[in-house]
Amino acid sequence: MSLKPPVGPQDHVQGNPDAPIELVEYGDFECPFCGQAYYSVKALQAALGDDLRFAFRNFPLAQAHPHALPAAQAAEAAGLQGRFWEMHDVLFEHQDMLDQPNLFGFAAALGLDMERFGRDFASPEVAAKIRADFLSGARSGVNGTPTFFVNGERYDGSWAPQDFIAALSSLAGGVAVPP
Amino acid sequence: MALEAGKQAPDFSLNSTPDQKVSLSELRGRRVILAFYPADWSPVCSDQLPIYSELVPEFRRYGAEIMGISVDGVWCHAAFAKHRNLRFPLLADFEPKGEVARAYEVYRKKDGFSERALFVIDREGIIRWSYVSPIGINPGADGILEALESMEAKKS
Repeated sequence: MSLKPPVGPQDHVQGNPDAPIELVEYGDFECPFCGQAYYSVKALQAALGDDLRFAFRNFPLAQAHPHALPAAQAAEAAGLQGRFWEMHDVLFEHQDMLDQPNLFGFAAALGLDMERFGRDFASPEVAAKIRADFLSGARSGVNGTPTFFVNGERYDGSWAPQDFIAALSSLAGGVAVPP
Repeated sequence: MALEAGKQAPDFSLNSTPDQKVSLSELRGRRVILAFYPADWSPVCSDQLPIYSELVPEFRRYGAEIMGISVDGVWCHAAFAKHRNLRFPLLADFEPKGEVARAYEVYRKKDGFSERALFVIDREGIIRWSYVSPIGINPGADGILEALESMEAKKS
């Protein structure tokens, strides 16, 4: 099961662009498992450092999670002002506060241009970006949230922090696993 | 073994709500996706069906309707669909139990429920793609989308 399309300019990417390991997450900001995985990814990033780059794609199960789509819109709208990752982190750290007033509150707290944020939040372009992420996930074999792809292949192993670090560091040619 | 591509899809008439029935033959001229699954509320099904629900507009772009089928009764389906906000019908293969799953050769007699199996049926009622997933594994939607795309290319 491989990632279609590969990571490209349309994606939000964190970390060393030349890293030997590329991790892609399809996630839903309201999904509790994605909320746990957020901390696993942070641990992985801390352990692997420059050996890892990380991209996040939206996979909102909007019918099951009523706040998932607006939260994705907020992240993408923040992204248009260069602040995707800050919003991504705030959302996963406040999964029980994803109603619209809070989403706008987070944007204000990040110091975003609120007029532009409001416009982008509701724009067809942002909706289309989220939909494109979702469909790329469906095409790539995403079968739940979160679904991870490592170097383009679906990763079906455990993403509990220690397991995740062990599995991925072996790919980097033996990065030390922290105690 | 599930019925394979090229076979005629067995017709059926099953309740989608307490007072509504859906027949496969009524859908002739449309493409149909049948998603057999073991049970409402089971953890894997609870992940699988919401993904299909999000993809209903995408399936329609290919002229396809999706329907879930399990041996659960109509009231159970109604509660499950409401809880998950599903946007496609769930059919009750309830009495005689599993009859439709048996016709598609995806009934697990020992367990009393069906395999997790997908069928994509063309406008003439011919199965064009089928897949049985390991029971605990959510097959996702990529196989369905690929099948629809290839049918679209062949106009079947």
